[in-house]
Amino acid sequence: MAELAAASRPRRRTAALLLAPRVMFGSVVLAALAACAVAAPWLAPHDPLAQDLLYYFLPPFWSEGADPLHPLGTDSLGRDILSRLIHGARAATIVAVVAASLACLLGTALGLAAGFLGGRVDMAISRLVDIWMAFPPVLLSVVLVAVIGTGLAAVVVAIVIVDWTRFCRVVRAEVMVQRAQDYVAAARTLGLSRFRILAGEILPNLVPLLIVLLTLEMGIAVVVEAILSFVGLSVSTDAPTWGGMIAEGRTNVNQAWWLMALPTACIVVTVIALNMLGDGLRRALDPVLRR
Amino acid sequence: MLAVEALVMEIGRGARAERVLRGVSLTLEPGEVVGLVGESGAGKSMIGRVVLGVAPPAARVVSGSVRFFGEDLLAISERRRRALLGAEIALIPQDPMSALNPVLRIERQITDVMRLHLGLGRRAGRARALELLEAVRVANPARVLRQYPHELSGGMRQRVLIAIAFACRPKLIIADEPTTALDVTVQRQVLRLMRDMQRSAGSGVLFISHDLGVVAKLCNRVSVMHAGRVVESGPVADVVERPQHPYTRALLAATPRYDRPAEALVPVPAELSRRLWDEARALDGR
Repeated sequence: MAELAAASRPRRRTAALLLAPRVMFGSVVLAALAACAVAAPWLAPHDPLAQDLLYYFLPPFWSEGADPLHPLGTDSLGRDILSRLIHGARAATIVAVVAASLACLLGTALGLAAGFLGGRVDMAISRLVDIWMAFPPVLLSVVLVAVIGTGLAAVVVAIVIVDWTRFCRVVRAEVMVQRAQDYVAAARTLGLSRFRILAGEILPNLVPLLIVLLTLEMGIAVVVEAILSFVGLSVSTDAPTWGGMIAEGRTNVNQAWWLMALPTACIVVTVIALNMLGDGLRRALDPVLRR
Repeated sequence: MLAVEALVMEIGRGARAERVLRGVSLTLEPGEVVGLVGESGAGKSMIGRVVLGVAPPAARVVSGSVRFFGEDLLAISERRRRALLGAEIALIPQDPMSALNPVLRIERQITDVMRLHLGLGRRAGRARALELLEAVRVANPARVLRQYPHELSGGMRQRVLIAIAFACRPKLIIADEPTTALDVTVQRQVLRLMRDMQRSAGSGVLFISHDLGVVAKLCNRVSVMHAGRVVESGPVADVVERPQHPYTRALLAATPRYDRPAEALVPVPAELSRRLWDEARALDGR
């Protein structure tokens, strides 16, 4: 009996951790966000670009004089806020997923090379990271988008170019820690090649770390995209993005505060959800922490 | 099979270089268990690392040779070394707590070496891994294959490491203080297990230890090291019953035994130790 209990314990505990509040909250919010991104045209009650100049600045549903057709109200041009937020989730999701994954890929590859090969390769990559990080990240991305041009692809490229260093630094340091572990020396005495040791022995030990970094980076990407649309450097200005909505709402914040508050809330909730999910997953996936 | 001849090694460069081996010679034949004893810093582990080709980067061979079936281990290519390691020469590491990869299941860690050197598929590897775990007397091998290292006790992990070392039936096993990290009762089981595995595989074992008592039980021959030199070597019975060198005698007097009280233990006299170090340094010729 005792043996049976011991056998099923690790798996049950993994399951329990995957059901932990932070993981649950994070995944529910992000699933809703992803659903909005995928099904925006069907979910949104109105065309996000359709203007109705007779009904501008309609308040959200909880206020006096709300219109049930526009649950979250309308903006200065009479466009439906809810529809614009749902469509804005698209840009946010695409940028978060694509930019964070590419930054992770690039940064991890360089970080593995620097940490494992050491010597001149490490010197070259580390100095490059130092120089890179000396630039203020938001300024750098603004300049980059100004040079590359606007649009979602440009935003993604800008975020990758700015943020790969985060992954590179942390991965390099962790590879150096792992490389000195006994299990790596033991793997060498089994005749495993350097590449196999790196890919098969060290990389699996980095997975929990990469998950946390990736989710954090997704949050950062959402914020950077919002910043770029705020300054009008993301997708074209009338296309709905959260950052663009904040920028537009700012001009009318005295007449209609919700124009700015609602997209801000979307960004805050998304970033919190990503951070909570990352932290929760790390705890659940790391067999050492799981002990 | 293994012949180390007049091996001189130092760590560091130029005037600050420190000799760690001062002309060590030893041989090992298939099926034989040779003990290598000495205190910390005697250079016994360094010999194991040189044979495996994992000496620290700052270490440098000054002269001498290490041959395995006539092949010069100091001159072989990295590729050839990788083909030998795990297949012909294997290591049983000192610390079972850290020598297994913490995030990989036991199955992957045992089968990796067999898939690499024996070309076994997933199925065949798994079947052989089960056999091996049974051979090292692990209870419920099928379950252990699915587990992670942190779910196993120290003794169990050392059994798994022994299974990995013997997986490809290597001709030479380097056992670097394999029982030091285990408590005494587990130590005995693991030693007996190593002896059985070694007999059935016909491997030769270089058993590195600081414990002359353990070496006396397990080994056929023994070399006693001090300050990078072999001060005495011979069949275990001779060395233990009739030690010739004063250091061997001192080491024996410092080894706990069940048939005498703890008060009878005598540490190695400082004067003897100093004299031996001076003698050894005189050999460096600098």
